[in-house]
Amino acid sequence: MATTNFENMQVIYQHPESLLDKNTHYCPGCTHGVAHRLVAEVLDEMNLRDKTIGVASVGCSVFAYNYFDFDFVEAPHGRAPAMATGVKRVHPDKIVLTYQGDGDLISIGTGEITHAAARGENITVIFINNANYGMTGGQMAPTTLPGQKTTSSPKGRDVEQAGYPIRTSEMLATLDGAGYIVRRSLHDPKHIRQAKKAIRMAFETQVRGLGFSMVELLSTCPTNWHLSPVEATHWLEENMLPFYPLDDFKVHPALKNLNF
Amino acid sequence: MTRELWKGNEAIAEAAVRAGLQAYFGYPITPQTEALEYMSWRLPDLGRVFLQAESELGAINMVYGAACAGARTMTTTSSPGTSLMMEGLSYIAGTEVPMVLVDVVRGGPGLGNIAPAQGDYNQIVHGGGHGDYHPIVLAPASIQEAVDIVYQTFDIAEKYRTIVIVMLDGSIGQMMEPAEMPPMQEVRKVWPAWSASSTQGKRERNVLTSIYLDPKDMEKTNLRLMKTWQQIEKNEIRYKEYFMDDAKFAVVGFGSAGRVALSAVRAARAEGIPVGLFRPISVNPFPKQQILALTDKMDGFFVVEMNSGMMLDDVLLASQGRIPVEFYGRMGGVMPFPDEILREIRRLHAEGWKAEGHPRDRWLAKLEQIINEE
Repeated sequence: MATTNFENMQVIYQHPESLLDKNTHYCPGCTHGVAHRLVAEVLDEMNLRDKTIGVASVGCSVFAYNYFDFDFVEAPHGRAPAMATGVKRVHPDKIVLTYQGDGDLISIGTGEITHAAARGENITVIFINNANYGMTGGQMAPTTLPGQKTTSSPKGRDVEQAGYPIRTSEMLATLDGAGYIVRRSLHDPKHIRQAKKAIRMAFETQVRGLGFSMVELLSTCPTNWHLSPVEATHWLEENMLPFYPLDDFKVHPALKNLNF
Repeated sequence: MTRELWKGNEAIAEAAVRAGLQAYFGYPITPQTEALEYMSWRLPDLGRVFLQAESELGAINMVYGAACAGARTMTTTSSPGTSLMMEGLSYIAGTEVPMVLVDVVRGGPGLGNIAPAQGDYNQIVHGGGHGDYHPIVLAPASIQEAVDIVYQTFDIAEKYRTIVIVMLDGSIGQMMEPAEMPPMQEVRKVWPAWSASSTQGKRERNVLTSIYLDPKDMEKTNLRLMKTWQQIEKNEIRYKEYFMDDAKFAVVGFGSAGRVALSAVRAARAEGIPVGLFRPISVNPFPKQQILALTDKMDGFFVVEMNSGMMLDDVLLASQGRIPVEFYGRMGGVMPFPDEILREIRRLHAEGWKAEGHPRDRWLAKLEQIINEE
């Protein structure tokens, strides 16, 4: 019988300390779990957990505080950037992050996110864009693609009637207060690795006091898209990537030579 | 300390600063704006947090964040701004974090006007935000009283982890009066144990939220809030009585209306009319027991307000129909003159009290004529 010698083995991958070891309420195949994990890994690597305060939003990630293992507050719908502003202004030496979906961030919370960015509020925003309202059951969001069917655009988003989707990162990157704004995607391992680097860069922005930082993460919503998890990643790649290009929209000059 | 001439809005701002205010967030709106302007230089000079928000929604949620973060925090606004803040107030109540709001009330509904009014009584005292919660609401009648009240609000808010609202009629915010400032308190240096101020690796994490998805958990929170409210009802009743010892009937009015009524009561006393004034200062909790006790001694209550009789309903409830109640009010930013109230006091003294119908209906029946004659 073969034996394995564990003595000389090195731990190269483990559960992040910033993430509690518990099952989430997220649907199978949803990329919220991936996004949570990336944020937790980055906070661990930067040794920031003990000084971090999170702000959860309203949507599927309303319970994010059940999974992250650091101080957390839960904001009214769309108001996370304002709440985070209050926290950060009181604790300028702490790390403050918001975790918001697209309905929360760029529909009901458009004013709060825009002004937080304009003020150069030194917070980090993790922005989950899955092109619909997940928690309430898949309604049309500001990010829903033209022609995309949702429960409140059953014949597909008609731009003549419902208007056009908002490219949030591009819009916020026009503001002088923004220090770091990029869009990444969570549809395959390569892009997930790139997303993690971006999240690292966003927190580096905050640590350095370089202003508002946001990583937009294109994400899947298999349940409300009525697709299997694998099909959902393909749908994202084929439909969302052409409309929402992955790019760096704003990178503070002081960040340009950083590498991880 | 010496008495100095203060503008109401600036006086309450300075009183908050001296009470150890750490973070202020606000938005310009008349007739409150001087408070925001005062804070904009005063707090940075002291190394404390001032921020002008993008809206009242932003301001109240910044206050919410700062309150969760453990700071002594407040905002000031006026009626339409208070309407916008109702969302945040409900969340703050549900999260059980302390904060102070000063509402400098103006005429409404809608955009209304910028003249003094008391039409926010219902939205502040009887809710406004969704769900079961009760903020403490204090209504001063002078700048000195406003200063003294604001100075104490943070201690009260922290004692119960609740919202304290100071309801200032626009007149108190805008006028100037001599007032003595209380001494400067030191800013607190330790964050409360419950605050979301980061663990520093020294404690379990704190989570502050108003969501309780299981109705049973929500109900337990509701119960806790109501038990706290019972304590507040027991401990925080405030009112002031004038000429009440030998009074046969009492005018009841809060804030500026109470102050105008006092002039009328003094004039009536000079004419030998045995009238007193009962002025609630805490309109929430409302001095129900005191009103009820007065029904044994009084022939009637004459309620005076700068609205359509919002506190009137509370007086009717508290007096339990034991004695007649009469009402006189002006709305929309119109302040009553002492003479208007004196005229009613004389009438009640001469004609006695009517019991039929609702006092609001009796008042409305004559208001149109009063407005037309002016």
